[in-house]
Amino acid sequence: MSFTILKKHELVPTIHQMEITAPRVAKKAMPGQFVILRINERGERIPLTIADFDVQAGTITLIFQEIGKTTCQLASLAAGGLIADVTGPLGTPSTIGKFGTVVCVGGGVGIAPIFPIARALLEAGNRVISIIGARSADILFWEERMDAASSELHITTDDGTKGHHGFVTEVVQNLLERGKQGAHSEPGEPDGHNGQIDRVIAIGPPVMMRAVAGVTKPFGVKTVVSLNPIMVDGTGMCGACRVLVGGETKFACVDGPEFDAHEVDFTLLMSRLAMYLPEEKEAIDCKATAELAAGRQ
Amino acid sequence: MNTESKSKTRQEMAKQLPSDRRSNFDEVALGYSEEEAVAEAKRCLNCKKPLCVEGCPVEVDIPLFIRQIADRNFDAAAHTLKSTNSLPAICGRVCPQETQCEAVCILGKKKDSDPIAIGGLERFVADYEMKKGVVIPAVPESTGRSVAVVGAGPAGLTAAAELVKIGHAVTIFESLHSAGGVLVYGIPEFRLPKAIVAAEVDFIRKLGADISLNSVIGKIDTVDELLDTYDAVFLGTGAGLPSFLGIDGENLNGVYSANEFLTRVNLMKAYLFPDFDTPIKKGSHVIVVGGGNVAMDAARCALRLGADEVTIVYRRGNDELPARAEEVVNAKEEGVRFRLLTNPIRILGNENNWVTGMECINMELCEPDESGRCRPVALPGTEHNIPADITIIAVGTSPNPLVPMTTPGLKTARHGTIRANETGATSKPGVFAGGDIVTGSATVISAMGAGKVAARAIDEYVRRV
Repeated sequence: MSFTILKKHELVPTIHQMEITAPRVAKKAMPGQFVILRINERGERIPLTIADFDVQAGTITLIFQEIGKTTCQLASLAAGGLIADVTGPLGTPSTIGKFGTVVCVGGGVGIAPIFPIARALLEAGNRVISIIGARSADILFWEERMDAASSELHITTDDGTKGHHGFVTEVVQNLLERGKQGAHSEPGEPDGHNGQIDRVIAIGPPVMMRAVAGVTKPFGVKTVVSLNPIMVDGTGMCGACRVLVGGETKFACVDGPEFDAHEVDFTLLMSRLAMYLPEEKEAIDCKATAELAAGRQ
Repeated sequence: MNTESKSKTRQEMAKQLPSDRRSNFDEVALGYSEEEAVAEAKRCLNCKKPLCVEGCPVEVDIPLFIRQIADRNFDAAAHTLKSTNSLPAICGRVCPQETQCEAVCILGKKKDSDPIAIGGLERFVADYEMKKGVVIPAVPESTGRSVAVVGAGPAGLTAAAELVKIGHAVTIFESLHSAGGVLVYGIPEFRLPKAIVAAEVDFIRKLGADISLNSVIGKIDTVDELLDTYDAVFLGTGAGLPSFLGIDGENLNGVYSANEFLTRVNLMKAYLFPDFDTPIKKGSHVIVVGGGNVAMDAARCALRLGADEVTIVYRRGNDELPARAEEVVNAKEEGVRFRLLTNPIRILGNENNWVTGMECINMELCEPDESGRCRPVALPGTEHNIPADITIIAVGTSPNPLVPMTTPGLKTARHGTIRANETGATSKPGVFAGGDIVTGSATVISAMGAGKVAARAIDEYVRRV
């Protein structure tokens, strides 16, 4: 039993959106959860966060960036194509509650997984301030969706081609400072929107998440990050995804993927993510070689 | 009965030479030829009270199938085996016969005499049938009852086969993309070819069991949701959670749990990288911590991947190694080094967070502890470093908590095992369990035995509801 690709398009250069028929996964999916997929009999198992799900249509939406052999191969598939295996929903769902004002930060391809979380937090009655950032405007996506899922949306680009010229952390810092002053000068504002930030959730590259954690820590604001280490089975069986949180080893696939940002050892996360870089290069070279060979025939 | 005419020594099974096999993943033991099998079968005493059958958790009629081999009636032998054991090609390869059926064989009790090679003969018959084409027995009319089996490992496959053979509708839910559980992710190709597992799984599918892959129970459906659709549930989710040592350096790059290392090699075929997409670190100096079958499997895989030196570090002595004796011999023949009475203190790493070695301490054995094994005690001042670029931790596994966590009313015991009585019934009505999820890490055959016993209790239960 394979899984059919219903829709697929390149959102922005190298970042793709794919809708897959997976009714049983869609029925149970919650914000913050992920699937493990394997393209074909020779494929590796990779985790991808569920960016959206539609119970009625029985579909899940995945967003991925071409970074390794598997994501490149995935990018080459079109609507009507098949994926051998999709397993999920995996991982502990995001904690959705009524926190007050929540800042949702999505960096790069991390905009996709932050979307269902922002939407759920908004539906739960929170004031949701979202910040989405990318290197440049041409690789920024899902502005409209994020706008609809937020009370307030900020955009940042590293090169200043759109929104705030700079990093998401600068906007987070501003919001926290504004909130701190607001909390002192206008306490008891009727709708509670005194600017105070009650929670931050950040998903993006590890450097970005580490930077956000660094900014929020002095303010003592609870901050959650979603980690994406290397996984194999995704059910707690192999321990490839172990991360250090508060000095304790955790398996991101079952204990996470969300953890307290102020407790995460990001250095370890980044070094473990780099473990197979030489092999990834080899695999991509092989792909290029194979294509070259195919082209010659 | 004139036993003196029987040969005292068993037919040796041909094996690949150690120098050849240490660099390939092909099966090590090559199986009996027809002549060898018949000669071995003729050694059987055909005891009136066959102790071997009592020694078999799945109650194979051992004397009968051996007599049928001796009579060259291999089809009948296959039928005899399959009537009680749905996975004979697997059991013939990985069962610890030396501690079960063969341990009680009368032939083996006599001085200088080997017990009959029951495992080798079982494998011969199963392989014979597979080559010839497996006969699918007719299944009785449907009982109208249905059972969900969680986990397609040895326990679940056996329970499923027994239940479909009675006429119940069975769906097996498997979390991975391939059925077999530890048979596909844990045991390497050179001990148990995956084509053999696939063929035996196919037999169970052809008997009529449905297998739903990529289905993590506890996530995609809970046990309670399964009970809405099925009359009973069997839990055979195994002991899949890897244990670590809890020492410094375990999160360094290059440190694997044996589960991860073996899953990459076996299930994902990383030994064929880059033809297969999953990578693995091959290593030149590999340390494997542990002395069980899993440790032997990991060490022998590491050798085959091309490591220069593979060392088993085990805190007890040679006699205490929990691995099958045969596998220890195989590993030694292939060149795996053993540092016994040695215990890791910490794993050493460099500034790039990569493993460089392991600090160990020598141990000595003192009085036996409550487990009956000698308790190892560290010898202060014997600390030393062993260089390594890959270390593999093979010190056991515990049950996966996913199902117990999501199943209210299901009682668990210490170490997270599910409580079940001798028939497999749990504290939750309609829910049965067996295999490693109940006993903690044990053997393929004991899990199969538990699956078989539970199938009987499930049959009784679903007929009542």
